[in-house]
Amino acid sequence: MSLGGLNGALIIVGAWLAIGVAGLAAPRALAWVGRTLFPLGAALGLGLTVVAGLALFAIPETRVLPLGLPDLPMHLRLDPLAAFFLALIGSTVCGVSVYAAGYFREGDGTAPGLLCLQYHIFLASMAMVVLADDAFTFMVAWETMAVSSYFLVTTQHRVPEILSAGFLYLLLAHVGAMSLLLCFGVLQGGSWHFTFDAMRGAELSPAWASVAFGLALFGFGAKAGLVPLHVWLPEAHPAAPSPVSALMSGVMLKMAVYGFARVAFDLLPHTQWTWGAVVLALGVFTGLFGAVFAAVQTDMKRLLAYSSIENLGIIFTGLGLTLLYRGMAMGTLSALAFAATLYHCLNHAQFKSLLFLATGSVLHATGQRNLGRLGGLIHRMPWVAGLALIGTLAMAGLPPLNGFVSEWLLLQSYLFTPTLPHALINMLAPLGAAAFALTVALAAYVLVKFYGVIFLGQSREPALAAAHDAGVLERAGLTWLAGLCVLLGLFPVAVLRALDTVNRSVLGATLGDQVISSWTLVPLSAERASYSPLAFGAGITLCISVTFVIVRFLYHGRVRHSMAWNCGSLAPTPRMQDTAEGFGQPIRHVFGPFFQIRRQLPTPFDESPRYVLHLEDRWWNWLYLPIARAVEMVARWIGHLQQGQIWLYLLYNFATLLGLLAFVL
Amino acid sequence: MTSHLPLLALLQTVLAIALAPLLVGWIDQCRAWLQNRRGAGLLQPYRSLRKLFHKDAVIAYGASPIFRASPYIQFGAMALAAAIIPVFSTHALLATSADTIALVGLFALARVFMALAGMDIGTAFGTLGARREMLVGFLSEPALLMVFFTVSLLTQSTLLPTIVTTLAHRELAIYPSLAFAGVAFAMVLLAENARIPIDNPATHLELTMIHEAMVLEYSARHLALIEWAAALKLLSFAAIGLALFVPWGLSSPAGGGPEIAIGWITTALKLGAVGAALALFETVSAKLRIFRAPEFLATAFLLAVLGLLVHQLLGS
Repeated sequence: MSLGGLNGALIIVGAWLAIGVAGLAAPRALAWVGRTLFPLGAALGLGLTVVAGLALFAIPETRVLPLGLPDLPMHLRLDPLAAFFLALIGSTVCGVSVYAAGYFREGDGTAPGLLCLQYHIFLASMAMVVLADDAFTFMVAWETMAVSSYFLVTTQHRVPEILSAGFLYLLLAHVGAMSLLLCFGVLQGGSWHFTFDAMRGAELSPAWASVAFGLALFGFGAKAGLVPLHVWLPEAHPAAPSPVSALMSGVMLKMAVYGFARVAFDLLPHTQWTWGAVVLALGVFTGLFGAVFAAVQTDMKRLLAYSSIENLGIIFTGLGLTLLYRGMAMGTLSALAFAATLYHCLNHAQFKSLLFLATGSVLHATGQRNLGRLGGLIHRMPWVAGLALIGTLAMAGLPPLNGFVSEWLLLQSYLFTPTLPHALINMLAPLGAAAFALTVALAAYVLVKFYGVIFLGQSREPALAAAHDAGVLERAGLTWLAGLCVLLGLFPVAVLRALDTVNRSVLGATLGDQVISSWTLVPLSAERASYSPLAFGAGITLCISVTFVIVRFLYHGRVRHSMAWNCGSLAPTPRMQDTAEGFGQPIRHVFGPFFQIRRQLPTPFDESPRYVLHLEDRWWNWLYLPIARAVEMVARWIGHLQQGQIWLYLLYNFATLLGLLAFVL
Repeated sequence: MTSHLPLLALLQTVLAIALAPLLVGWIDQCRAWLQNRRGAGLLQPYRSLRKLFHKDAVIAYGASPIFRASPYIQFGAMALAAAIIPVFSTHALLATSADTIALVGLFALARVFMALAGMDIGTAFGTLGARREMLVGFLSEPALLMVFFTVSLLTQSTLLPTIVTTLAHRELAIYPSLAFAGVAFAMVLLAENARIPIDNPATHLELTMIHEAMVLEYSARHLALIEWAAALKLLSFAAIGLALFVPWGLSSPAGGGPEIAIGWITTALKLGAVGAALALFETVSAKLRIFRAPEFLATAFLLAVLGLLVHQLLGS
């Protein structure tokens, strides 16, 4: 038997585990762990991308591994959907691991070797989530992913805030996992076979199918950070080391998208359009919520975490549209929406990882996460600033980079909602499109703030003068991801060709030949819409360079340097620039009802005036604190049972026995 | 298609770029007349540009490459927009390589670079302007997208040539959805081009300005490019508005000499009318407080969404 794609993927998973174990050989040796093991892991990531890329166009492979409990072997399957997500994992990991090789230093947290073990178990478990073909394997891999990432988040485990952030993450991960267990319990449909194959064949009544769908939405939504299950994201992402944040945000959140797509499209073949409406509404709200909150953050990693919530919201609107079209049996349109969704997953993995890694370099160079203490770093860290600019523009959805392509495709699929044969949805879908457009526009605001406050302007702290640029390995990792952002933006036709095979296998519908005929992106028909990134990119480059050459040719070229004019005010200090709070102020003003604002204003008579502003997430007060209070109250009631006296406990025993006897007799 | 077409399209794009300052001059002249002033003449913007191109560029200490690149990027983006938008003829040079959504993205690209350049020196005014510009941008951009959505629902296309051709050849009737979209578009045009009531192009009053605050540190050739790009943006928006709501008279790609001439003349007349209307509006209205701007733009956004809903309800 030749080396199939599935075997190749399994070998890579095994090799990742071996690298992790090898890290334990010399846990404190940075040269061994950083310079040897992490680059090796990155090479394996590249290998995984190649293997998965080939498997996208191959026929699905299945395999049963005799591992695990007796009579419960591991079922594995590599189909185009799995292959796409494997390629996403591989391509992102390649950049992140190269970066991580240069990033981890000697510190007071987890030893590098141990970190290497946790990191590579995390990678392997994500690959296994994608490869799993039965519920047990899936849940084992899913939980391994959650636990290993918990340990990675709490790398700095001596800091109390980080421990509590990790706890919150673990808690929500397990609430979600419980929901998934129940979901698989419903999906087996009375056959008690837990392979995905059996679930595909199970005949569920529409009501039970909806229950399974709801449980999957809750379970995967908790991992993806859908509102109101998003609260762990802004805590866990800043707590984790930057390469881990990059992987969690860029890749692990996509595992939730994968799981959701697997259940909603593959295991539940009879889609109901109401599901699509629910997911669409949830996605639109999550997207807008994330964007608004990202705009007012003052911690750069929290800002990116909220922006991840926003992007996952965008991805779920795409999934919702796919479900809507599919539920109404409009094959080609569902293929368009699904391709756009997957494309955005891939794009988000690249640019979000890139930006998280850039914040890691900034953190190492300055020791600051607070935007209010950064600024002007483009002069000290030109490499990081330049590469982060690409990520910023890509994430802001600007042509000709990759973020724009997927948003363009999503907007195109929104444009077909009027053809849906349902009056109410026809009325509501434009509102969704409007909210989507608002979200995308807000993302640009957020990113101008992010980039401008960190890299532009004057340094807000004198200590920043000592900041240094990232090392060679870090630069290499960033360059890989930035390069992918550009390539995915310029050559979308090739990507769509691959995505269409996923469409064919998952939805049973394709985009047709129109899309994949030439260099121009054409969804459905050439009269309808077209976008040619290469012509666009060439056009803008040409326009800019012609302008530059003409101006240079005609202009005498004299330049004088002087102090900033600033309307004539003398000696502007760095404190006169907008702070991160200031930049977010218009958003606070416009979207006031979103926030819970606590503000303390100084009076004119204060000796030492202080201005305090706290912005809080209303969901804490609406949902989580009531639940916590209810749990505490119930616990207090139950606490009354415990009196510490043996005779009382014997009485309980006796009463229970009596009760049971009465019940049985 | 005949072989001279790309050349003709290129010529028309260059013409649009060259004539953009004239539109600004015409608006200023109309405003002067309405305000009983003599005015500086139609060619004043060209004289200002010439003056700026002859001066020494003064660059503040601490400017990064973004500051110096931004004017070229802005001008390049607007020049590309002029190659996409049907100014004189229905099929512009690069019309099929980017549709209306990509056009919105192109404007956003220019805006983001302008805001980044505003933050680059690190002065109070620059960041203030950048923040306000992004505020205006994130509200006007979705409104613009919704206008394009409404139109594309009517015409089943997001490509400008198809939209214009379809709209120009329909029977003459009032489309309620287009009326909503038209009002919304006019409001977006005012906001995007830093006109009254959102911003005042003629003032340097520090606390109210947006666009001028951002470009405060620019001088000489950089400032000239920015001003020219702004004029080009105004022309582009006017041309988009004309193409969507008064599409008659544009020459088609197969048309011969007379049709091209008619296209040029009608476009010139229509642009003149738009400029006069803009001057009249700016003369009779006052600038809004900055925190009324979101209300103004939210109105535009809601009108555009209403246009969409009306289209869904009435099917027209």
